[in-house]
Amino acid sequence: MPAGPIETLIRQLARLPGIGPRSARRAVLAMLKRPDTLLEPLAAALGECRAAVRICSACGNLDVTDPCAVCADPDRDPDVIAVVTEIDDLWAMERAGVFRGLYHVLGGTLSALDGRGPDDLGVARLLERIEARPVLEVILALGATVEGQTTAHYLAERLRPFRCKVTRIAHGVPVGGELNYLDEGTLGAALKARQPLA
Amino acid sequence: MGSQKGYSPEARRRGGRMLQPRRAHRPRRLATSMQWSDEGIVLMVRRHGEADALLHALTFEHGRHAGLVRGGQGRSQRPLLQPGSVLELEWRARLAEHLGSYRIEPKRSLPAALLDDPLRLAALGAACALFEAALPERDPHPRLYAALRTWLDRLGGDAEWAADYVRLELLLLGELGFALDLAACALTGAREELAFVSPRSGRAVTAAAAAPYRDRLLPLPAFLVGGASDPGQIAQGLRLAGHFLARHILAPADRALPAARDRLAALLGAEDSR
Repeated sequence: MPAGPIETLIRQLARLPGIGPRSARRAVLAMLKRPDTLLEPLAAALGECRAAVRICSACGNLDVTDPCAVCADPDRDPDVIAVVTEIDDLWAMERAGVFRGLYHVLGGTLSALDGRGPDDLGVARLLERIEARPVLEVILALGATVEGQTTAHYLAERLRPFRCKVTRIAHGVPVGGELNYLDEGTLGAALKARQPLA
Repeated sequence: MGSQKGYSPEARRRGGRMLQPRRAHRPRRLATSMQWSDEGIVLMVRRHGEADALLHALTFEHGRHAGLVRGGQGRSQRPLLQPGSVLELEWRARLAEHLGSYRIEPKRSLPAALLDDPLRLAALGAACALFEAALPERDPHPRLYAALRTWLDRLGGDAEWAADYVRLELLLLGELGFALDLAACALTGAREELAFVSPRSGRAVTAAAAAPYRDRLLPLPAFLVGGASDPGQIAQGLRLAGHFLARHILAPADRALPAARDRLAALLGAEDSR
């Protein structure tokens, strides 16, 4: 049975999402068997991240610079801001490569049950940002859930005085999806958001 | 006789092997209460660990009941676990007192149009949060369940949804033992021209009888006594129900009206709803 620093490392890794104690033990064993190629580079990368990564003061993204690479990119359209719930939503949109505007990370959605109100989200920061530099459009890219859409309506209400266009992303059939596997709510949303083809 | 320890009294008397171990003679009550199937409305869902979800549902026969949904944060089950969705639930636990786990099947998803309507969406959030906060666990209220289910079914299209929401809150008060008496005037016994409600007794008062105290009474919206509703009366209804919910149900438990309910009141022009 490992003891001391090995057990500590296993315990620390097991606290991460997606990794249980067994996976952590396997990972630690692999690293200890190949310290030069696995353990030391990992330790260096962790230290480097700890020292360099910061939260972008403009959008809430994580990067080594502030403002982040997305906010600092001169090729992006600063007149369009996509509001997303979490940083992983921002990264998902960046992976897709379909959006060339800027982002704003809220850090959650309004939730009465979890006691998360507007003050706990990045709403004030978003309003200040738009006040400082007016934009043409704000895209509310929030989840198609009760909490996500409640937050979207709240934001739309708060954004009304800025007279910018406020839109939300469509809800409906995913690419590659079959109708007979969809729930009635998604089907209803898809039908409602139908587009003319000709 | 040490070897007969654990044998049934009948087996001991006969001196032979018992037919079944004693633990099989547990009361039937426990055996039946550790598994049931019922219809339920999702009130609240919380993350539990990385993959599971803790579901609080209002069920028809078993009241507000919690349970763990294994894989509840997964791609297939997460869309079903939206507040207001109606599910077929199967609950199992080793002991009746345990949290237990749910198996869920969809019965009725949220109407898509609801997500586009800020008022109706706020009402849905308020109803679920209020029922979650006000109802005691495992206390059956089939009448309340039926009323909430009907209201949810009509929420997508019914123009009277806001008036029905106020009636739903009054029914909640009644089911919990604090029904308002809106049938006759508390002072004169008259059944016509009821216009106010006493904030203490919850009894209606006519406009004439209320004249000396009207600044201390709560206005009674006409739609609660047979009239038609308008936005001003809905706001009055929310203030009326909010006052009694806060006073009788939530304050004794050291709780306030849920933020979602406050938000609905603000959207419908009844900010001071307590």
